[in-house]
Amino acid sequence: MAANTTEYTAATKTGRIADFVDSRVGGSAMVKEFGRKIFPDHWSFMFGEVALYTFVLLLLSGTFLTFFFDPSMAHVTYNGSYVPLKGVGMSTAMASTLDISFDVRGGLFMRQVHHWSALLFVASVSVHMLRVFFTGAFRRPRELNWIVGGVLLILGLAAGFTGYSLPDDLLSGNGLRIIDGVMKALPIAGTYLSMFFFGGEFPGEHVIPRLYSLHIMIVPAMILLMVAIHLFMVVVHKHTQYPGPGRTNNNVVGFPVGPVYAAKAGGFFFIVFGIIALISGLFQINPVWNYGPYDPSPVSAGTQPDWYIGFVDGALRLMPGVLGNFSFEWVIPFPWGDNTLILNVLLPALVPAGALFAVMFAWPWIERWVTKDNREHHLLDRPRNAPFRTAVGVAGVVFYSVMWAAASSDLIATHFHVSLNDVTYWLRTLFFLGPVVAFFLTRRICLSLQRKDREIVLHGREAGIIEMSPEGGFSEKHEQVDVYRRYVLTNFNDRQYIPAEPDAAGHISRKEKRRAKISKFFFEDRVAPVTPSELEAAHAAHGHHEVEGDKKSESLES
Amino acid sequence: MKALSKKRRHPLAAVALLLFGLLITGSLYTAAGNIQEAKAAETSTASQSDIEEGGKLFVANCATCHGKNAEGTNDGPSLIGVGAAAVDFQVGTGRMPMQMQGPQAQVKPVQFDDEQISQLAAYVASLGAGPAIPDEQYLDTSEGDAAHGGTVFRVNCAMCHNAAAAGGALTRGKFAPTLTGVEEKHIYEAMATGPQNMPVFNDSNITPTEKRDVITFLKTIEANGSAGGAALGSLGPVAEGLFIWTAGLGIVIAFTIWLTSRPS
Repeated sequence: MAANTTEYTAATKTGRIADFVDSRVGGSAMVKEFGRKIFPDHWSFMFGEVALYTFVLLLLSGTFLTFFFDPSMAHVTYNGSYVPLKGVGMSTAMASTLDISFDVRGGLFMRQVHHWSALLFVASVSVHMLRVFFTGAFRRPRELNWIVGGVLLILGLAAGFTGYSLPDDLLSGNGLRIIDGVMKALPIAGTYLSMFFFGGEFPGEHVIPRLYSLHIMIVPAMILLMVAIHLFMVVVHKHTQYPGPGRTNNNVVGFPVGPVYAAKAGGFFFIVFGIIALISGLFQINPVWNYGPYDPSPVSAGTQPDWYIGFVDGALRLMPGVLGNFSFEWVIPFPWGDNTLILNVLLPALVPAGALFAVMFAWPWIERWVTKDNREHHLLDRPRNAPFRTAVGVAGVVFYSVMWAAASSDLIATHFHVSLNDVTYWLRTLFFLGPVVAFFLTRRICLSLQRKDREIVLHGREAGIIEMSPEGGFSEKHEQVDVYRRYVLTNFNDRQYIPAEPDAAGHISRKEKRRAKISKFFFEDRVAPVTPSELEAAHAAHGHHEVEGDKKSESLES
Repeated sequence: MKALSKKRRHPLAAVALLLFGLLITGSLYTAAGNIQEAKAAETSTASQSDIEEGGKLFVANCATCHGKNAEGTNDGPSLIGVGAAAVDFQVGTGRMPMQMQGPQAQVKPVQFDDEQISQLAAYVASLGAGPAIPDEQYLDTSEGDAAHGGTVFRVNCAMCHNAAAAGGALTRGKFAPTLTGVEEKHIYEAMATGPQNMPVFNDSNITPTEKRDVITFLKTIEANGSAGGAALGSLGPVAEGLFIWTAGLGIVIAFTIWLTSRPS
């Protein structure tokens, strides 16, 4: 610093306080650095924000609930103001939930805020992950952040499930009973695990306090940690962007955080808050007073878990106990006695969910292996331009949705006046066929859309103007797309079939052959992007078709 | 006394004891059943002319399926001994005469007036003793205990009718209907007679006072409305999940599009 600079003194009192703080913590440098970070603008980039904001809402409303909730399983007789349960024996947890709902001012609203936020939290995390998957945002260098996101989804499910069980009402107790059943179905360790978890026989008197510790401390702390890592990596990697003119793999086109994004994101938080508050004020959720206290004997019709656990419940509903004469309950004779392997619980409870998450976590590496594409990607794919990935994704979504639908098979039956058995048979069929059909159908649709894009680039849009030639022939004018649009339509990764390649020693390994097979399956059918020479040739042939309003593109091209 | 203690080790002593026990249980059961039947028969106060009128109505409207003497045919069960309550429920809620054969009789507009229904009921009751139309005292919800009724309901009814009485699915197109808006009398009669696929909850299973408690519970939750906002059909987490994925996410997406509507 030059010697003639005098010490800066702020003119106002606020300024002096700000300067005092800044000279000690160096906030302005952070603001300067972070405030100039650029984020691209697209509506589909905002679901992660929704997830973050609903999580903040969960923390706020959850803290309120802890002030009044007592997670004890001690038996009490309810004596609050909800008449249809007066004098009924229940656990303290259930009684305090009823007190929050009926006797604490604003308690029911806060419960509903908490529950609706939880539903929206997992929904927005899921949609965010779908966006990331279908646009290819998980590719290098963001593979690890994809994993962190997947872990966040699982933690979201864990937070949801532990919270869902806390009121100790009939509905959640039935859910816990299913968890107990799945645990006991695990070979060898199952019974011990269940006894350990419930502190004795189900339901015992320990499980609610244990779930409470997990729900208010461990799981949220882990979510916070993962969110921090997630956001840190977003800052390090910078945000991805959709292809467009001026957007390359080496830049980010958008608005700076300060002031545009700080204002937008801050405002968006309050918008999400407002939406949740509106929904919570107008729509009832989880009316535990209807379900009544948990008691192992009754099971209500229409017993389902919250939506995000639904797919596991659905898989359990789809699984037959016996197939003709073949039983899925295997009795294995050991020297010390018979042990039962309960495959009709074990398979549906663990296999579909396990397969779904395994493919999800492994996908960035699977794709890198098949495509041999290890480059950094900061430009996103339009889903149609990666037909293989989009098809795999849609197959996964269909697989999930079939199980999801199966969780509400009883409601499908009553509301569409069909037989419950038929619903189950259809969904069983779709469970196997649905993903396959979805894969091929989606790929065909993607390829067709790509062909349409080619068509538009080469021959222009149909202008809707019919011309009659002097000879009496009719033809439609085609309007050339402008250069911005053409950039979007032509600028994408052209993935091709890569045949098996020998390694350094000249061998083609079996793994490499397998890779080549998958590569052929994925990329045999492809639509190549329009090349400049093709474009020129097409324009030369169609030059006379151009219509007015195309001057902009002409001037931009030159 | 000595003779008795000697014989108690006789090989046939256990058999004799078992027979004796069965005999006592059986006689008590028959006696109890007779008392109930007698009670049911007592409460029917229909006149002979009512029974005759009912008979005419029966032949004109019901005999096609149930047979000329209510003895039953391939298309409909025998009605001898089903009692007045069954007729009052089935005809009074419009389920009978049945619109068409199906997994179960559907509710439709009631086809007869109250007098005709009571005449039909009287006729069927005259064919054999069965559950009678319940007394007013068992339908008075101001006397009932909603909390106890709720407990009885959750243990006995919720598995088909749903904890909030919103109804639920059964196998092969059968279903348990919603209980919202069903008359007190009809709820009682359904429990007593077990219409369609419903099991019978007789008076030794759920006592008349408990039946009144159940009715009180149902009417209380119906009158209470839904605390905390619209109930979304009281269908539980499926309706809630559907709502957040459609309306909730829909509103959120509308806002995200608005916030990013200025292209960068």
